[in-house]
Amino acid sequence: MTVPADLDRRFRDAAVEAHLLDAGYDVVDSPVGPLLVAATDRGLLRVSFDAGGEPEAALEQIARFAGPRVLRAPRAVAVAHSELDQYFAGKRRAFDLPVDLRGQAPFTISVLGELAKVPYGHTRTYGELATSAGSPKAARAVGMVMNRNPLPIVLPCHRIVGASGSLVGYRGGLERKEQLLRLEGAML
Amino acid sequence: MMDAVAPIPPFETFYAEHAGEVLRLLRRRLGRDRADDAFQETFLRALRAYDRLTYGEHLRAWVLTIATRVAVDAHRRAGEPTDELPELPDTDGRPAYEELAFLTDSLPPKERAAVVLRYGYDLDYEQIAAALDSSPDAARQAASSGVRRLRRRIT
Repeated sequence: MTVPADLDRRFRDAAVEAHLLDAGYDVVDSPVGPLLVAATDRGLLRVSFDAGGEPEAALEQIARFAGPRVLRAPRAVAVAHSELDQYFAGKRRAFDLPVDLRGQAPFTISVLGELAKVPYGHTRTYGELATSAGSPKAARAVGMVMNRNPLPIVLPCHRIVGASGSLVGYRGGLERKEQLLRLEGAML
Repeated sequence: MMDAVAPIPPFETFYAEHAGEVLRLLRRRLGRDRADDAFQETFLRALRAYDRLTYGEHLRAWVLTIATRVAVDAHRRAGEPTDELPELPDTDGRPAYEELAFLTDSLPPKERAAVVLRYGYDLDYEQIAAALDSSPDAARQAASSGVRRLRRRIT
């Protein structure tokens, strides 16, 4: 038996309102493809490009960080959803969202903190980001942190490029990196 | 030595797998109109207990037992007779407790549910408590007094 959409939606909303979820998520359409966006009571937990097809693996990863009560619940990510829509419409230059970085190493947290300060439409090199995180020789380690960034787009790892200005790499694919930088007017 | 245990799946997976069957059970027991509220209550109860589950076995039996309890509560609130037994489902077509049924059918409903869930489905007392909407201690007590009652009857 298929559960009617309004009944299904009512349960999902009620679960959010009762604060019974370890994490709520939704799949958000965007110009760079569907994004799986997950949030906890503490803040935004995950933005993932692996939203197409079977989200099973992504859900299990979210559960490992937050706990097993992971439910698709649009209301849980409503603010993030609307800020992402504004960003992609060119109407938002900075995200105003608390983030949940539990389970991340201290070095990762400090690098992501510096990353968050790189302004819209600008780029930094891996080395520059390493320097501002207080570890000038750690450009490679910074590259690893960018590759595993749990909150791409919101924490703008697409703004971090190679010393020569080449794009180097992006977890979501170089095409998306270029697309995001063009959207921000950084690639001319 | 314990067998390898199934991990607890993300709640979304559990919900997607069982929501349809839970709704069907509730509509059969309560009718279409009252089933909607009971559906929500069933999965909210499951959510409240879900992070205390220790392994992911027999989740279908577990959630159908919760649904049955919710239906019994709804009948009780409406002042309707509630003597019906919790409806304990087969697991994957395998009636795990069928051989015990002729014994357990005569037990009071709570004891019967506790005995069947504990010994038929091997659920732990946290899970049974959540299904029966009571505490783990009360579930343990119901199971052991059910077993005592059976033992008296057999010997």
